[in-house]
Amino acid sequence: MYEVRIHSRGGQGGVTAAKLLALAAFRDGKHATACPFYGAERRGAPVVSFVRIDDKPIKVYSQIHEPDLVIVLDASIMDVVDVLDGLKEEGTVLLNCAHPVDGCRGTCYHVDLTGIALAQNLVVAGSPILNTPVLGALAKIGVITLPSALQAIREMFDDERNVKAAEAAYKELKV
Amino acid sequence: MLTIATGNRAVAEAVKAAKPAVIAAYPITPQTEIVEQIAEYVTSGDLESHYIPVESEHSAMAACIGASVGGVRTFTATSSHGLLYMHEMIHWAAGGRLPIVMANVNRALGPGWNTWAEHTDAFSQRDTGWLQVYVGTVQEAYDATLMAFRIAEDERVLLPVMVNLDGFSLSHITQSLETEEIGDFLPPYHLPHAIDTEKPRGYGPMTGPDNYYRFRWDIERSMRDAREVITEVEREFADRFGRSYGPTEEYRCEDADVVVIALGTFGKEAEVAVDRLRDEGIRAGSMRLRWFRPFPHLDLSGREVVVIDRDYSFGFGGVVANSIRAKTGIEPYSVIAGLGGQEVTYNDIADFVRGRRPGEETWFGVNNHV
Amino acid sequence: MTDISRRSVTNLSAIPKEEYIYKCTSACAGCSSSLCLRYVLKAAGPDSVLVVPACCTSVIQGIYPATAMNVPVYNVAFAAAAACASGMSEAFAATGRDTNVIVYAGDGGTVDIGIQSLSGAFERGANFLYICYDNEAYGNTGMQRSGSTPLGARTTTTPGGKPTAKKDLDRIVQAHNPPYMATACSAYPLDLYKKVRKALSIKGPKFIHILAPCPPGWRYPTEKTVEMGKLAVKTGMWVLYEREFGKLTINGPSKAAMRKPEPLEDYIRGQGRFKNLSPETLDLMRQQVEQNIQRLAREEEGIC
Repeated sequence: MYEVRIHSRGGQGGVTAAKLLALAAFRDGKHATACPFYGAERRGAPVVSFVRIDDKPIKVYSQIHEPDLVIVLDASIMDVVDVLDGLKEEGTVLLNCAHPVDGCRGTCYHVDLTGIALAQNLVVAGSPILNTPVLGALAKIGVITLPSALQAIREMFDDERNVKAAEAAYKELKV
Repeated sequence: MLTIATGNRAVAEAVKAAKPAVIAAYPITPQTEIVEQIAEYVTSGDLESHYIPVESEHSAMAACIGASVGGVRTFTATSSHGLLYMHEMIHWAAGGRLPIVMANVNRALGPGWNTWAEHTDAFSQRDTGWLQVYVGTVQEAYDATLMAFRIAEDERVLLPVMVNLDGFSLSHITQSLETEEIGDFLPPYHLPHAIDTEKPRGYGPMTGPDNYYRFRWDIERSMRDAREVITEVEREFADRFGRSYGPTEEYRCEDADVVVIALGTFGKEAEVAVDRLRDEGIRAGSMRLRWFRPFPHLDLSGREVVVIDRDYSFGFGGVVANSIRAKTGIEPYSVIAGLGGQEVTYNDIADFVRGRRPGEETWFGVNNHV
Repeated sequence: MTDISRRSVTNLSAIPKEEYIYKCTSACAGCSSSLCLRYVLKAAGPDSVLVVPACCTSVIQGIYPATAMNVPVYNVAFAAAAACASGMSEAFAATGRDTNVIVYAGDGGTVDIGIQSLSGAFERGANFLYICYDNEAYGNTGMQRSGSTPLGARTTTTPGGKPTAKKDLDRIVQAHNPPYMATACSAYPLDLYKKVRKALSIKGPKFIHILAPCPPGWRYPTEKTVEMGKLAVKTGMWVLYEREFGKLTINGPSKAAMRKPEPLEDYIRGQGRFKNLSPETLDLMRQQVEQNIQRLAREEEGIC
């Protein structure tokens, strides 16, 4: 079972990112579950969502404590949350950041999702949309396939700019 | 159609397929997505239904009662405090023999405010004459909701059904969902005692000591008959749609020395614990209790039993553990865990089994054993 | 709506002879609420359903397996009548039926425990007629005070007389802007009959508030029920009016009473519940009656 933990701030689309990832994995023919961890958080507060992907049905509902992959949609969270907590030795980190970040562990990827969203003018209520471009990055890492990523985005959103953003993130992802 | 959906969305999808003519509901966390989605379907025309946005849960159930006896299929959804606020009408719906279907997203009760999963809300309604089923997956939330209409409306039953799903840990989790073209799986709504002004009748008038108990017995008789109806409906559902259910879901129980009994998502997570325990050489099995009313006939003879109660009856004990004890004579190891969303992993469940002490009760996270 | 002819009714003899409440109710002698219900049902006709919360009518209709009613009666919990009726009317709408849904509720079930569901149903524009028959106390349970009990009235829970005024239910209902609302009184059955007919011809939430004098509760001899209702109107204590789409019309008997009301003492004197009323309380009551009359008169003239 492949376990993913997504860190974001309330309102940044972390919950939708988890759903999109689960849907893409599902379109790859895998079993997948997405579960947001709901606290009493409000807009702007750090939140986490979880995604599990497996070849067989998933029966686990509890939180993920030892993720294979940690996604950080807002690098500023790293100042207040230990995003690497429990990350497996051979784990992977994906950061929404134009530059590499110090103190990362495992295989670290970074991509400027915010910049990509702004370039596509993907902004809702003043916030750049990160949950669709991140799928492109995840396809590049190999968590899901690119066709499934794009299909998942198209199933949930009408706007093709989301697909373009995902393709851009696929190209721009750096180790 | 195969897609992914949350538990709440699955319930709404099932409601869309069942086409209740009247839906009355009041929003409450973590049920809101159900009513929002249904309102969306009604607005878009995907579901032709009269949606009544009532001012309280008491009125939600009252409106469903009026509509149900008025001669149409009805649905509502609630959770926690909302369920308790409609308590009086929950009795009324069952006593009125109205096949209302309600989704209850299990949530703890305040104070303090807590929106996470617990079963105490639904268990507090266990003596009302409602059938209660507890589901463990998104797919099952859909399937059980569909079957609930069929079971409730069967003339041998004519009692309301409550479909329970764990708040957040199932209501908000996304899993795969196969939705169905249900065809004639649900026959047209027919209530033998629906209001008919050509045949005026009194409904629920003053009923004296010489008659009242007859109506109570009639509820119990239907509750007993419901076991057979549930089996029939679940069998037909399996024949039509390929997914089978029973009063319990058993996992590696055949040769088990120790059986973990739990409801809802804990009952699924327990299967993972069972696999771990088997790897260690402990012959464990899992029995997820699906139907709580009518309470199923369980055969647990010769096994040790560990019961996880996500509820508590103060001054008495875990509701499930004591139900098992009363109905089977077995002294279970009673674990009180998961209250108000307290996290319980499959590792924890495996620990419960490893450290079991039949006849005793433990509160998970509380050091002194009771 | 119903199969009753729409010809106008100008005297009691023109009211249909059909009975929907038989002479076998378990109402108290001199009960005015059951008398009102008789006229309500004559006006509504056979294609009607009554929704009845806990109130005297729960008992009056008879004890299972007998019933004095010849329309379907759905008995429902105390606080639930308006919500239940709104669900029922939606069910009828969904199945293309024009059946009248009529709530017949007491004052406790309306102004106290039932006010939330009444308010909710009216705000939603539910299509039914809500009738509150007001005997100004919890009659069914033995005359405890309700929010509708008038100032100074003795009940079993206000043995020294109620220290606060009657809740102004009509202004609460008015705030919901229903297409039709009216007051009525058991002593004026023809007026009630016409109002029910008119209410049922309008779609949406309708409301009729009936003053229903109660011999055991108000403590007057049973034969005085009609007289007590007439006095309530003639003294201005109760004003008969209707408000159609917001427009107020004060009805005949009250028009006369408002020009020259009879002394309030005539109404008070005959009722045991007002025994030993202090002159100060009586004075306060007189002021309240006067204020109410003036407010309604101004509204009718369009000054408000």
